[in-house]
Amino acid sequence: MTLRMLKAVVLKIGFWALVGVLMLYAIFPFYYAVVTSLKPSSELFEVSYWIDDLDFSNYVAVPSQPAFLAAIRNSVIVAVSVVIIALLLGLTAAWALGRVRFRGRTTVMMLVLGVSMFPQVAVLSGLFEVIRTLDLYNSPGGLILSYTIFTLPFTVWILTTFMRQLPDELEEAAIVDGASPWVTLTKVFMPLLWPAMATTGLLAFIAAWNEFLFALTFTLTDTQRTVPVAIALISGGSQYELPWGPIMAASVIVTVPLVVLVVIFQRRIVSGLTAGAVKG
Amino acid sequence: MAARESHDALPDNARHSRSDGRLKRSAKAWHRERGTRVRRQRVRAAWLFLTPMLIVLAAVAGWPLIRTFWFSLTDASLSSLDGAQFIGVENYLVFDDGWYGILADPLWWQSVWNTLYFTLVSVSLEAVLGVIVALVLNARFRGRTLVRAAMLIPWAIPTVVSARIWAWMLNDQFGIINHMLLGLGLIDAPLSWTADASLSMWAVIMVDVWKATPFVALLVLAALQMLPSDCYEAARVDGIHPVRVFFRVTLPLITPALLVAVIFRALDALRVFDVIYVLTSNAASTMTMSIYARQQLVEFQDVGYGSAASTLLFMIIALVTVVYLYLGRRQLGGGQ
Repeated sequence: MTLRMLKAVVLKIGFWALVGVLMLYAIFPFYYAVVTSLKPSSELFEVSYWIDDLDFSNYVAVPSQPAFLAAIRNSVIVAVSVVIIALLLGLTAAWALGRVRFRGRTTVMMLVLGVSMFPQVAVLSGLFEVIRTLDLYNSPGGLILSYTIFTLPFTVWILTTFMRQLPDELEEAAIVDGASPWVTLTKVFMPLLWPAMATTGLLAFIAAWNEFLFALTFTLTDTQRTVPVAIALISGGSQYELPWGPIMAASVIVTVPLVVLVVIFQRRIVSGLTAGAVKG
Repeated sequence: MAARESHDALPDNARHSRSDGRLKRSAKAWHRERGTRVRRQRVRAAWLFLTPMLIVLAAVAGWPLIRTFWFSLTDASLSSLDGAQFIGVENYLVFDDGWYGILADPLWWQSVWNTLYFTLVSVSLEAVLGVIVALVLNARFRGRTLVRAAMLIPWAIPTVVSARIWAWMLNDQFGIINHMLLGLGLIDAPLSWTADASLSMWAVIMVDVWKATPFVALLVLAALQMLPSDCYEAARVDGIHPVRVFFRVTLPLITPALLVAVIFRALDALRVFDVIYVLTSNAASTMTMSIYARQQLVEFQDVGYGSAASTLLFMIIALVTVVYLYLGRRQLGGGQ
């Protein structure tokens, strides 16, 4: 009896230890970035695990750089536009793919899935040419256009999944009343799909906010950079003199909104990820 | 309406003899006709609704892909894209007093090897860790929501930012990882994680595993939560050891979800770019196919050669995708 109780206690302790280790593993790097960003540069090179006294000099230094503010503005413009375009095109496509039976539907679905598996590098030179021809090089427009390559496929895919789950009766009533497909979509489906649209929009926003390769390749000047490129290109006099304090402060500034969004909407994000099994 | 009118127009004797049956039949025909009209209208609307998406995808994916393939057969350079001359497969392989071209470039083969190594190791680690995290999150305990939210944090942090944070933690002189390892007595001298050729791949894998495990865990967790509880009760009544239950019951049941997660992660890992670019730049020891292709394209301005590398990468990923779709379809077919 006591042996069994001992075993139960040990198991319980082991479980909580595992939870603790996992929590530490998940949170510690971001926590450490916060700690580093709140230290003056003179104290940076002594390792410490917590903040002794708050020093906001890095948070004053970073936003005072015009290039960083421009990067945040560009990222917001690009990510919001990408979300709007992806949702608009994705919703109409999802109605067609989710509610209508027609020849070629499977082919279109496969096509969309295929595009979502494209390596971005595979279209880099061709897309560069397209963007230059459209005179969108080194501008947010070029990034908005190119980001649809990875946001549109999963938006279509997830919204189609959600669209299929809605009952047929909804639409039958609309058809009997003689409503056109557009009216059916906007008046019947859209109000019901708000949660799904919020989920997909959030995932598209995160994907666009985090994108690096296209942003690095299709922009040239500091004023047109997005946040990931700006952070990746912060450099000091040499490789050994990187300004770690400001880098960490900038990292925290651009990550906190995402972390807050994710923690608030975690349930929605999980349902979206599992519905579409999109890339992380 | 038309059907009813034609019924009215029928000769009197006919109406008398079979008016009931005819009425029913024509009403059915009317419905059928209206049904096909509605259906045809819906199919037309469906294609109309699909067109914008298809045009955009053609402009950003289809056409650029064709152009990239074309560039790979030319001597295009970044400054003279329009003046590109067709040179056949010379970018891939050519004999001119020795073999030249990508397929004869040892650095390309090293980046292929690096990519495969990175993919295999990081995805395996993510699968194992992901299942462990999912099992923990599937247990009922106080604060589960909080732990699940915390697990999502690495996934939400931009890859560039997480690479920067880890680069700082792995810093050879002032990094906290070296400090910890020294404190625990595991190493005698600080390691230069990102500069040492034998360690840098492990540094990259460490960051990728940290960032991508939550994704695998979430997909597996969703599968775990849909498992039937009755077989677990049966197993518990029979007194079967939990570890045995896991390998005999749980693991086979979550395998489909785990496979989906692994395939998505593998496709992602095969095209990995940003984490490596930020952590170790263009170092040969961690160069992957994407890094190689972009370096040729942008830094060396050799669009023809770089496009050839991109095309090879595309073909490798397409092959993996086709194999996956084939296996997936066969699996579905077997299940029915």
